[in-house]
Amino acid sequence: MTASPGIRVAGQHHIGGQLLFDADITLPAGRWTCLLGRSGVGKSTVLRLMLGLETGGQFTGAVTATDGKPLKGRISYMAQSDLLLPWLSVLENVCIGARLRGAAPDVSRARSLLDRAGLLAHADKKPHMLSGGMRQRAALARTLFENRPLVLLDEPFSALDAGTRADMQELAAEVLRGCTVLLVTHDPAEATRLADQMIVMTAQAARVWPLPDTPALRAIDDPHSFECQNRLLAHLRTAA
Amino acid sequence: MRGRDIALALLLGLALWQAIVMLTGAPHFILPAPWRVAQAAYHSRAIIAENAAVTGIEVLLGLVLGTLLGALTAIQLALSKTAERLLLPILVFTQAVPVFALAPMLTLWFGYGMESKVVMAVLIIYFPVTAAFHDGLARVDQGLRDLAVSMNAGKYHFMRYVQIPNALPGLGTGLKLAAVYAPIGAVIGEWVGASKGLGYLMLLANGRAKIDLMFASLIVLAMMTVVLHIAVGRLANRLTRYAAGASHVVER
Repeated sequence: MTASPGIRVAGQHHIGGQLLFDADITLPAGRWTCLLGRSGVGKSTVLRLMLGLETGGQFTGAVTATDGKPLKGRISYMAQSDLLLPWLSVLENVCIGARLRGAAPDVSRARSLLDRAGLLAHADKKPHMLSGGMRQRAALARTLFENRPLVLLDEPFSALDAGTRADMQELAAEVLRGCTVLLVTHDPAEATRLADQMIVMTAQAARVWPLPDTPALRAIDDPHSFECQNRLLAHLRTAA
Repeated sequence: MRGRDIALALLLGLALWQAIVMLTGAPHFILPAPWRVAQAAYHSRAIIAENAAVTGIEVLLGLVLGTLLGALTAIQLALSKTAERLLLPILVFTQAVPVFALAPMLTLWFGYGMESKVVMAVLIIYFPVTAAFHDGLARVDQGLRDLAVSMNAGKYHFMRYVQIPNALPGLGTGLKLAAVYAPIGAVIGEWVGASKGLGYLMLLANGRAKIDLMFASLIVLAMMTVVLHIAVGRLANRLTRYAAGASHVVER
């Protein structure tokens, strides 16, 4: 993987003439940024702008990489739903990106990624035979297979049960080390645990939220993390 | 439907038929009794089989060609927004023309042989197959589309690896409709003008007041349609199970 650049989104986004947000967000290179905010504030829109996807509104501003090169082809994406194709095996799903580009997939690399995700024994199964947590691990392996320096995660753990979620967070933190990561989440605890930088978004601004001095991945029972996530929760409840 | 239920329903139907014949005292050249029809079917088995084969081939050819044509059209419509904008209204408009009304013209253009009947069957199933498959091709989860964009997917590869498998249940729905319509198309074609086929045999028998033969032909036609319906239903189930990732499940 090439060195991960940072990425900056600066500008205003309007939907039907109404301002959705006016923000200047920078993801530092090679670090995890967690983006929080109330529903409808435009978190996913920020992510879609970075991916170059349709947003259903007008954006005036710029989305740039800190190394000045184009972003296209350097970002991989993981969503809340696993988006596994039910008719393909887990292994084929991991390789689907290569197939969709018309290339021959590197199956041995896909296998080693599945091994890292703890799914090698399930490589030939169809997705419906796996649990929700296993499917999301397969989706993570598919994201890694893309081997892109920028990774955007749109609430990828929110549909998982608490234990599985904690496991997935640790796995993702480990395997995405060195990538520039944006994690959109609703969960202050998750954000506090994983973030190198935390951004809280409102319609007016996106502000960087102070984090404990300890490095990510923070322990669940760390008192500083507790305090941080409590303040964050209180803030999210008052911020309209 | 279990075998025993089907057998019972069949017996009930035959009993009703026999009862109507006995109660109304209808002469055999108006409504022949089941036994008389069975005898006619046995005596004329060679001629029935010969004509059933012709109709069967017409139906199968129509089904295969119509499905291929419909599937290709659906793929083209899903690949090209321009094609969709231009062709879809035309396709919908052509549905306002009753295909049966075209039968005399098709006979004029394609002759009294099999061709006109195959074309008739193709025309009648083309739209249901196209519509059902196209619907499935177009209905892809937005998340999958986004994922594909982030993966720099080519549109032909996206069609092949995502859209087509995703639309197989829709194709199955279209095929089930086609299996019902194709025999209708072929028989109507035969009524308008033919020298072979079950539709032709029915008209011929009717003209010679051989109503028992006419009934026998009708029953054979119905049986062929039922067999086709069951076979296509199984194929459609397979397609649906494949798309759901359950293709390895042992068939019932």
